[in-house]
Amino acid sequence: MAEMPITDVRKCDGCGLCVGVCHLNALTIVNKIVTIIETVECDWCTDCEAVCPTGAISCPFEIILQES
Amino acid sequence: MAIQLEFLKSILYFSGLGPAELEAIGRLVFEKTADRAEIVLLEGELAENLYFVASGVVKVFKTSAEGKEQILSIVRPGESFNDVPIFDGGPNPASARAMGPVILCGIKKNDMEAILRDHPQIALNVIKVLARRVRHLVSLVEDLSFRHVISRVAKILFEHIGGEMGRGPRLTQQEMAAMAGTAREVVGRSLKALEEEGAIRLDRHRIIIRDKEALRKIMEVSS
Repeated sequence: MAEMPITDVRKCDGCGLCVGVCHLNALTIVNKIVTIIETVECDWCTDCEAVCPTGAISCPFEIILQES
Repeated sequence: MAIQLEFLKSILYFSGLGPAELEAIGRLVFEKTADRAEIVLLEGELAENLYFVASGVVKVFKTSAEGKEQILSIVRPGESFNDVPIFDGGPNPASARAMGPVILCGIKKNDMEAILRDHPQIALNVIKVLARRVRHLVSLVEDLSFRHVISRVAKILFEHIGGEMGRGPRLTQQEMAAMAGTAREVVGRSLKALEEEGAIRLDRHRIIIRDKEALRKIMEVSS
């Protein structure tokens, strides 16, 4: 399964700004809480993290060495 | 109209005005919509309108001759943009692009001047908005001028490379910004710069260190 942004439902206030900026439509609001649509492959543009006013979405990067 | 008045009431510019005054201002407000990635304002063009974001998000940015982008601010619902040229009469100092579908409330430059003449008490609100804007930009200038943020970001990446046996800590751009003592927007730009230098490669949720020695050299530039 593709790596997806991490959501913190305790911080989400359901404003939906992230839903509007996601160009892959990978996010939706269900019962006033952000929900990831797992069937969409996120391209990690991190716009959802940038616009979230409560810090409820994070797009962490794994830092690895290129295999030689 | 009811929604628009509620919206006008919620924004700092018109704080303290009564329903009749807000209704009069509401008559001067027009709605504008934009789709994701649509340019709402173009840098250098004559400024005609002040905008408030009613829904969605807009990014305000400068673009270099080489096409590099520097985000100046992310404008969320209730906040305004294009304030400066409306009051100084100059061209748009930056461009603005919708980050998703947006609804904007616009006021023409001449109408905004009339509102200020008719309701001088809101001048203090306007000063507060502009003062916040100056404070934000001063902080951004400090980051971009005096801090070798790229070196700091390189150091953070260097120190957080995952080991052979497993994953290292995963870091968001916000966390890197907090560690580097800078803004998230500056980290984004630094990562792109490191990628252009060939030190790293961004592959979705992975930052792949392509050239550890190049990363070390960038890291060792004194800050």
